[in-house]
Amino acid sequence: MPDALPPDRSKTPRQRWMAVLARADAEALQERLGDVPRYRVLRGPEPGLVMVRGRAGGGGAPFNLGEMTVTRCTVRTDTGLVGHAYVAGRKQRLAELAALVDALLQDPERQPGLLRQVIEPLAELQEARCANIAAKASATRVQFYAMRNMRA
Amino acid sequence: MSASVDLPGFVDPVIEAQATFRAVLDAMARPGTIHRVGECLAAPAPLDQATAAVLLTLVDHETPLWLDASAAPARDWLAFHCGAALVQDPNAAYFAVALSLPDLSQFSAGSHEAPEGSSTVVLQVPALSSGACYRLSGPGLRKPEALFASGLPPRFIAQWQQNRALFPRGVDIILCAGTMLTALPRSVSIEEG
Repeated sequence: MPDALPPDRSKTPRQRWMAVLARADAEALQERLGDVPRYRVLRGPEPGLVMVRGRAGGGGAPFNLGEMTVTRCTVRTDTGLVGHAYVAGRKQRLAELAALVDALLQDPERQPGLLRQVIEPLAELQEARCANIAAKASATRVQFYAMRNMRA
Repeated sequence: MSASVDLPGFVDPVIEAQATFRAVLDAMARPGTIHRVGECLAAPAPLDQATAAVLLTLVDHETPLWLDASAAPARDWLAFHCGAALVQDPNAAYFAVALSLPDLSQFSAGSHEAPEGSSTVVLQVPALSSGACYRLSGPGLRKPEALFASGLPPRFIAQWQQNRALFPRGVDIILCAGTMLTALPRSVSIEEG
């Protein structure tokens, strides 16, 4: 379930909010966003393929792991802010909303409110979901060190 | 990405790009015939709708693009929607955009082994329904046809003769004005008429 991965400790605030938006759910995002200002779509939302590259351990030479579906979208608000979004899969509605939120978050006046109302709750939700999966997985962990002690 | 991109590309990229491609194909096969494209497109200044539609259809990141100085304001729009690699050297360009007739000899004419490697010049003119009259003849035309185009300088005929003498090498021209386009493939012969 790759969508449940926790947002990375990203370098810039924009990288952080895009990481949260990319893993969000379109309906949840729409719900928290409420009324949106007018905007026009510059491109998309359009699905396409991107090559996912990996690095093998040791030498670390890159190799092509395979292609994955990605949907991208670019919107421009009537105030002239341009937002971009790339999300995994064919979630066209999510791509459009994420691009819109990206544009709105670039407005210094709107940014604190949006971060509080949209990004932070979604980030908490994603972290909780991830912690839940981690807890379930950790319950099945075998403690080899403990087993050896029990046998002794 | 530049914030100066404020106009969308094709509303329905698949359908509109296919329709424009077909129009360019027909125009190349029947030199001088007028086709209408890009009627729903909001073209960025200073490009006309037909010019913008042709570029959206033909240009991508694998086709180096050269812009003349007057077409430069559309650079960001082209870079965003086409992903075009802009080049300074006209000889390296697969496609060239010009708002006035450039020196055709500066573009790549291809080689005898690969004449398809030549540049295609997308030339925007003020009008294709009025202006000077040219007589076209050659492959694709049963009898000589008249083409009206304004904004082409007198030296155009001489330049075109030089270009045609290179056949099978040579550049092709797509003429655009408003929502109209027509094509002058390298094989066509042009006389004042």
